[in-house]
Amino acid sequence: MDVKATAEAVARASYGKLVAFLAARTRDVAAAEDALAEAFATALTEWPARGIPRTPEAWLLTVARRKLIDAARRRQTGEQAAPTLALLADELVEAAEGEVQIPDERLRLMFACAHPAIDEGVRAPLILQTVLGFDAATIASAFLVAPAAMGQRLVRAKNRIRQAGIPFRVPEREALAERLDAVLEAIYAVFAEGWADPAGTQPRTRNLAEEGIWLGRLVASLLPQEPEALGLLALMLHADARRDARRGTQGEFIALAAQDPARWNAALIDEAEELLLHASRMARPGRFQLEAAVQSAHAARRQSGSTDWAAIVQLYDALLAITGSVVVAINRAVALAELQGAERGLAALDALQDDQRLAQYQPYWAACAALLARSGNARAAAEAYQRAIGLESDPAVRAFLQQAYFSCTT
Amino acid sequence: MKVLLLMYHDEKALQRMPREELGKLPGAFAAYLQSLKDGGVLVGNHGLRPTAEARTVRKDAVLDGPFAETKEQLAGYFLLEVPDMDAALAWAKRVPTAAYGAVEARPVWT
Repeated sequence: MDVKATAEAVARASYGKLVAFLAARTRDVAAAEDALAEAFATALTEWPARGIPRTPEAWLLTVARRKLIDAARRRQTGEQAAPTLALLADELVEAAEGEVQIPDERLRLMFACAHPAIDEGVRAPLILQTVLGFDAATIASAFLVAPAAMGQRLVRAKNRIRQAGIPFRVPEREALAERLDAVLEAIYAVFAEGWADPAGTQPRTRNLAEEGIWLGRLVASLLPQEPEALGLLALMLHADARRDARRGTQGEFIALAAQDPARWNAALIDEAEELLLHASRMARPGRFQLEAAVQSAHAARRQSGSTDWAAIVQLYDALLAITGSVVVAINRAVALAELQGAERGLAALDALQDDQRLAQYQPYWAACAALLARSGNARAAAEAYQRAIGLESDPAVRAFLQQAYFSCTT
Repeated sequence: MKVLLLMYHDEKALQRMPREELGKLPGAFAAYLQSLKDGGVLVGNHGLRPTAEARTVRKDAVLDGPFAETKEQLAGYFLLEVPDMDAALAWAKRVPTAAYGAVEARPVWT
């Protein structure tokens, strides 16, 4: 393997582990990232000449720690430097054969990034940067924020971790569920941003759906006794299984009901089902398990040929009781329409219309439009389609909605 | 804050677009405008005629064509009143031609 490929492979697998380890003691994430970046740069110049070290990860850590100590000396002469230097001095556990064991502290890092003191909107970007090494510009593109603004938000969040004394710690049992929820939310946000770009056509955003699943796997493997961590992974795998089926041969949008189950990824569905079953045995239901269960009910069409809408409505009822989310309420209304007719679905949507946020929420208008069209109210359906079209940014979905709009008006 | 969204795209490429795709644009723009109005963010907007009709005054000379010969041309604008740049970018992404070129979001002096 050549040097660049090795460095990239190590970066992919170990970046977050190294940042987490370096930052856990000092709580200075930015300094850890800088030191690691320097270590990678050094690797690219030294490895070609001297060969790739036997344990590249440990090599990088050693170099990064040296850089970190140098930087601490330069920056804080005097008493401030002492604790940092002491903390960095002897951390590694060396095994008998000189193999260096680097403790995996990525989970602690993620809990710090999703701490209540960190602004909710920056938690997912922060995890992307610290655990996966994404740069601010890439993250900004993915979350549709100006690069300079994203850079500032990330810097501010890291300062907060350092100054507000946010601990690098997995919370105790009582607090774990709630705090874990914030971590899972952030990971799901990563996934959802990637999900919105089904073709992966945006060159500057690495495939975020894939990265979200990677993070989900990491958390599920580190906390195998937490059913919600398994639930989130199951949810993402179910959604990802349908990725290809969402587009036709011409790149046109295909709605879930019209998808050919033969085009779903069976291996991913099976894995998701197993995770969900395993989670349900722990008898601690939660938001992500319920959402995964909805996806599981949709996936069952692959075998049964039909969809159990009664079960789906029930799951949404339970979800609504937990989250009170308007997004859930919209999905529930759509499922209710399948079960009891468009009128009932529309009545459920009407009950939501006081919510101001819906004015700019495309799925609400798309759902209204589809149900209005089905109930024979073509004029109102056309208006709602118009709203949905104007709020859509994906050309394939826009074209799909326009087609539906035309069939209402002609 | 007021932000000007400037739409740029390659005029010629747009003309070469499949008829069916091109035919969807006016409807998409009408829907987009309606959404801006319903969202209470639209201050003003215009679409521009082709650059072939542009005339440019530079120092003493009058020239045929646009100010700058570039691959992508200014095709229209939307002036928005939005709470922040994040909101402006969300609207920029929804411009129906955003996928075919670029939309610049530019804060206005106040």
